[in-house]
Amino acid sequence: MRQLCKGNVAIVKAAITAGCRSYYGYPITPASEIAEYAALLIPQVGGTFLQAESEVAAINMVYGASSAGQRVMTGSSGPGLSLMQEGISYLAGAELPAVVVDVVRGGPGLGNIAPEQSDYFAVVKGGGHGNYRNIVLAPASVQDMYELTILAFELADKYRNPAVILTDGFVGQMMEPLEIEEREVKQPEKPWAVKGTAETRKNLITSIQLSADQLELHVRHLEAKYKECEKNEARYETYMADDAEILLVGYGIVSRVLRSTVDIARQHGMKLGLFRPISLWPYPSKALADTAKKCSKVMVVELSTGQMLEDVKLALNGTKPVDFYSRVGGNVPSAEEVHAEIFARMEALV
Amino acid sequence: MANQARGNVTINTDECKGCGLCVESCPPKVLHLRPELNQYGIHPAQYTGESCTGCGICFYCCPEPGAITVYRLDTKNVAREVANAAAV
Amino acid sequence: MSEYQVAQQKSPVFYDRYFRKDELQHQTHYCPGCGHGVAHKLIGEALAELGLQDRAIIVSPVGCSVFAYYYFDTGNVQAAHGRAPAVATALRRSNPESIVVSYQGDGDLAAIGTAEIIHAANRGENITVIFINNSIYGMTGGQMAPTTLIGQTSTTSPWGRRANNEGFPIHMAELLSALEAPVYIERVSLGDNKNILKARKAVRKALELQKQGAGFSMVEILSPCPTILKMDPVVARKFVNETLTKQFPLGVFRDRKPEITVVNPPQRSVAEVLGIKKETATAEEKAARKAFTHDVTMKIAGFGGQGVLLMGQLIAEMGMREHMEVSWLPSYGPEMRSGSAHCHVTLSHERIGSPLITKPQVLVAMNEISLRKFAPQMAQGGLILYNRDKVPEDFTLEGARVVCVPASEIADQIGSAKVANVVMLGALLEETECLPVETAWGVIKSFVKNEKLLAFNKEALEAGRKYVDEKVLVGACCQPDGCGY
Repeated sequence: MRQLCKGNVAIVKAAITAGCRSYYGYPITPASEIAEYAALLIPQVGGTFLQAESEVAAINMVYGASSAGQRVMTGSSGPGLSLMQEGISYLAGAELPAVVVDVVRGGPGLGNIAPEQSDYFAVVKGGGHGNYRNIVLAPASVQDMYELTILAFELADKYRNPAVILTDGFVGQMMEPLEIEEREVKQPEKPWAVKGTAETRKNLITSIQLSADQLELHVRHLEAKYKECEKNEARYETYMADDAEILLVGYGIVSRVLRSTVDIARQHGMKLGLFRPISLWPYPSKALADTAKKCSKVMVVELSTGQMLEDVKLALNGTKPVDFYSRVGGNVPSAEEVHAEIFARMEALV
Repeated sequence: MANQARGNVTINTDECKGCGLCVESCPPKVLHLRPELNQYGIHPAQYTGESCTGCGICFYCCPEPGAITVYRLDTKNVAREVANAAAV
Repeated sequence: MSEYQVAQQKSPVFYDRYFRKDELQHQTHYCPGCGHGVAHKLIGEALAELGLQDRAIIVSPVGCSVFAYYYFDTGNVQAAHGRAPAVATALRRSNPESIVVSYQGDGDLAAIGTAEIIHAANRGENITVIFINNSIYGMTGGQMAPTTLIGQTSTTSPWGRRANNEGFPIHMAELLSALEAPVYIERVSLGDNKNILKARKAVRKALELQKQGAGFSMVEILSPCPTILKMDPVVARKFVNETLTKQFPLGVFRDRKPEITVVNPPQRSVAEVLGIKKETATAEEKAARKAFTHDVTMKIAGFGGQGVLLMGQLIAEMGMREHMEVSWLPSYGPEMRSGSAHCHVTLSHERIGSPLITKPQVLVAMNEISLRKFAPQMAQGGLILYNRDKVPEDFTLEGARVVCVPASEIADQIGSAKVANVVMLGALLEETECLPVETAWGVIKSFVKNEKLLAFNKEALEAGRKYVDEKVLVGACCQPDGCGY
């Protein structure tokens, strides 16, 4: 039966469903409900919740718990995520699975607590040091928060790599019906974990490879893994894209706005369609290029000054003109606003 | 022939780095740095072959996990005797 | 001739060979005379004697001992600079039977990782910290450490450490001993034979305490770094004994168990914790229920504390129970009370696109500011429910109806100002008929547990409906004079 649930809370419920019994975090608006509900719920199913002294400590606790073979999660928002970047790089380097949630707020600096999509570069392009990738999923609804968090745990384990839920203050704070059923969760064996047992005594978790040859070997190994991930895990959805003259591209909350924009525009006889990347890394580049084939123009809408825009341009590789509209600072455009903007730009061309 | 020493000590020249701490620490002063260089180009420690008490101090002062092995004729009271030797 | 028996030998906790480098598999990477090797041996011996080898996990830091895992035949986890106590915390909590040693140098523990060590100690994590204090950065080539002595030169304190510029050497054992939770903190030295054996005892005691589950223990080991201090190993050892110990006095700083009251949270099943309930309604029943509902977008606005967010949640919950698609989006801010608050609610029979409502069909304005702010956004033919008996005199609006419901006054008459939002809810349901009123009552009952408040709520819901029913004309639009026409 459905339950009315906040996006941030759905993440915690997904974690519990996925068998995550370890949460280490530090509160920050607009992600605090994740820590609060983790604190309330996870200990009741025999798990560990610990409020760390900082995001730096939190992500390193995640490193420790993951080393010990646990499904583990932390959640934060922009400023906290910046602090976690070091640890995320270590997780990727040491090939440790973990789920990190970034409920993006306005930046740079302290910015504000309103929704933005300005952490795209930091999360999708890997804000930490070194050759690594995060698996990045972008939910657009409360049900998405739940499903994609479970998927994040599965992908993190499958590829032994951090997976990030990149969402924003709106999806985190909003409430929608959430359908949950008890699921049988299969957690993979982790023979590499260090558990303090005779069986795992020979195991080592590290990201240091001092010799150039060793490190190159390791980085090539990661590279091959990422290629495999790119091949298998790109996810997206489309709406009225088949006959679209203008293809809108947006993720997360923006995809919801654009879906409404498509409806409004079609009522006015303007053929708009929507392409919504669900995985931001791997980016569904091929699907986007295919979907865009029949349209005359692509328009990216983002709550940033143009971060995902680069990936869209790379995917289309100059085959289509790419227009861009954005709002920042915590302003989220309405469907009507985007529609009016598209209309105005078409008028200007005439 | 002199009385058999209570203790004996062997030094693994593969592991010894010639720091000299065992020589300095040895209460009966029965260790010294060998005049000849080893394969690493250092002077490893060496037991003179006489009068080792088997006190074990050199073992604890040596930074290498396996460079020194200490032997005793009687290993009953090792712990106490190590402590006594250190107190000297 | 009697046979000799082995009295001291390489601990089985060390690997036979170290696979760090092809050509040097018999030696550690430490410099001749370095204290790390001695400290390693003390840990190795204690782990072996206490029978903890299989259970042990050594967390190696960043610093000279980053490669400790080449030597210890135990579980090994290498941590980021300064973060070993955080990593150790989660390792230990993940596997309570494990024995976790956080091995750290002075740069790692006392500079970059200060927060992590203080909080791990303060939480009383059941880990053992071995803290190597040699007063200098070794691995990076002799930079100043937080424990570098006043006047001691380093590559980053070329005139010697100056109290006026770099402050004083930090005393970690003393500092952590100011905390309540740690069970055992001792500072020892590798400066001479006697002190090495004291260190041996301390390391063993710390691990024994962890084995007993006693709590946080730390042994600070003053240790020689001959290479960086440019001293002969023997002289470096003397420096530890004669100079370092003057700044860092040896001794036991903490040896007692704190009083800890253990509070365990209740244990429930996953289904209970997740709030999973079996669906009882059939598809036909759902469709039938939906017939009594219709799509609407609304904005509910007012002063923080007037229950506008809750009112939106109640409506969303009602819509969901009637098998509609719903969304509730709050304006969220740092203010918990006071300030203005509003939320967007959508009830729909279709998948909802944008949850952000910029042209609401219904606006509930719980105060004048909200009325003035949001009324211009109204959709053509929209409805405004205004929490007063009449609109402000200078207020004009085209294209939307305003229905005045003095919900706060009605709530006051009922006896609880808190239920003004429910009065408004009653009015809203009566005026829009978007949802059945019995659903509202069902939802309120599951939200309000206090009997007395529930009674107020019941009265409020009825009063709101009745007001619209009796006082407001069909299709009415309130005017500043209070008349509806």
